[in-house]
Amino acid sequence: MKPVLLIDFGSTYTKVTAVDVDAPRLLGTANAYTTVQTDVNDGLKNALAELERRTGRLEFAERYACSSAAGGLRMLASGLVPELTAEAAKTASLGAGAKVLKTYAFQLNEDDADEIRAIDPDIFLLCGGTDGGNTACIVHNAQVLKEIGGDYPIILAGNRNAARTCSCILEGREVHVTENVMPSFGTLNIEPTQQVIREVFLNRIIEAKGLSKASELISGILMPTPSAVMAAIKLLAEGTETQKGIGDLVAVDVGGATTDVYSVAEGLPDDPRTALRGLPEPYIKRTVEGDIGMRYNIRGIVDAAGLKRIAAIADLSEERLSEIVDFFAMHTDRLPYDEETQRADESLASMAVRVAMTRHAGRLSEIFGLGGLQLIQTGKNLKNVDKFIVTGGSLIHTAHTGRIASYGFYDAEDPGSLKPEHCTVLVDRSYIIAAMGLLSQHYPDAALTILKEELKEDDRTE
Amino acid sequence: MEKQKKTLIIGVIGADVHAVGNQILYHAFTEAGFNVVNLGVMVSQEEFINAAIETNADAIVVSSLYGQGELDCRGLREKCDEAGLEGILLYVGGNIVIGKQPFDEVEKRFKAMGFDRSFPPGTAPEVDIECLKKDLHVED
Repeated sequence: MKPVLLIDFGSTYTKVTAVDVDAPRLLGTANAYTTVQTDVNDGLKNALAELERRTGRLEFAERYACSSAAGGLRMLASGLVPELTAEAAKTASLGAGAKVLKTYAFQLNEDDADEIRAIDPDIFLLCGGTDGGNTACIVHNAQVLKEIGGDYPIILAGNRNAARTCSCILEGREVHVTENVMPSFGTLNIEPTQQVIREVFLNRIIEAKGLSKASELISGILMPTPSAVMAAIKLLAEGTETQKGIGDLVAVDVGGATTDVYSVAEGLPDDPRTALRGLPEPYIKRTVEGDIGMRYNIRGIVDAAGLKRIAAIADLSEERLSEIVDFFAMHTDRLPYDEETQRADESLASMAVRVAMTRHAGRLSEIFGLGGLQLIQTGKNLKNVDKFIVTGGSLIHTAHTGRIASYGFYDAEDPGSLKPEHCTVLVDRSYIIAAMGLLSQHYPDAALTILKEELKEDDRTE
Repeated sequence: MEKQKKTLIIGVIGADVHAVGNQILYHAFTEAGFNVVNLGVMVSQEEFINAAIETNADAIVVSSLYGQGELDCRGLREKCDEAGLEGILLYVGGNIVIGKQPFDEVEKRFKAMGFDRSFPPGTAPEVDIECLKKDLHVED
């Protein structure tokens, strides 16, 4: 047996997962409160003690960690046109596991400057202009950033013709120059930026987040938790050199503050005559709904889906549902405690899945012209994806996971939304996806075996 | 260093799906030394403008073959002004109006809509290229 420890420093819980990489299997999981304010190792020790109570004494050969503690990797991004370089900047940041607090377009103004100063991000991603295109906007924004001051690193990934000018303006700051996120019109080039974000996170952010004390204990790879989740999702879809993956998939993580959706698929139209509009979509895409969460943003779910509809699904009066929503918004650490609150929680989760999936999936619209019907697709076509992975407390601690997940599927009510049509629901009951993403960095085959074993087909649906 | 090429945004406006002429223009303009951003068919006014902003384009060349061009093009100049593209060169060409109308009248109407030049059906790409070079001060 060769036990390996995977650690996830979350904002509330430090979660530990032990696996055996010799005969790949899950040994156990445990969690304890994160103690980033004092010494992160206290929380880690508590979680380990809990783990070993369950598994017995373990001699870990290696330890790896990921982190979303202290607010995660807090980023701001800016571009020129909202649908073009600003969108590309946001897509790049989300794909690197960041929490994107805001994306700016066009020239930053005085109010933006105040806001940026107040947010004081971990990284600012400065984009705008295709190579050889507009330089005025990014140069102006570099000037604004210089005037704002601060000591967070700035990544420059805009028009290459403006890179030198911007670097000079920002002299004295930590600036990382990389390739343009949109080198020519309509092409997306986000990997170089994501690589820089990962390096900056490793070299700088970990220390700033009070995690360096823990890094003595662990063998390495501190990555943002969403990055680890993405690594696991990619591995599961694609497989390794020796082991097949399960193919295209969608994964939804309904959390307390946000709902994250991941898709691994090309997402091209079913009918080749369909015209594609908008930015090209990344093969692995992550979107984060910052207004949709089961506790901190529970009211965002109500705003997006409507109280009436959620009440109807929960079979509760609107008044009662409203009370329950207020209660959970006030008491973010509480779980459902009776049958009514459980029904409310499940209905809210259903709508969180539906809203987040509708925003993540592409859309097909019809235009009648002189040439007859013309179809136009924006975003990713996920209709043919047949694996739907769900994780997050409200979905894994219920008997009705399948029913909740099905709200993320294609439905006749909104036929233009390209959500999956027929899916097998796989449930992350032991909450191990991020841990397996970490493990995959060194033991991809073991990680894949465990993922396939632990992500259970939903069999608890009535 | 290579002399900076002039950037053109081209595309077929509205719900028009005529793709052949668009491809011919793309090749002809590229061959003539322009940096061409081709938005293809069924392009909205907003898409022309967004592409022009991001690429710092020198001209927008709109095609329309299906007769609805006059409706589709209305307001494009005003939107360009609004978006900070004041003075950008605007061309339009093709079957840009319904039926057979004297082209000098059509040209007048499009001029009033803010289009610097309009081209009747059957115009050879060489004519457009010559005008573009003249208006954008490109020397051979």
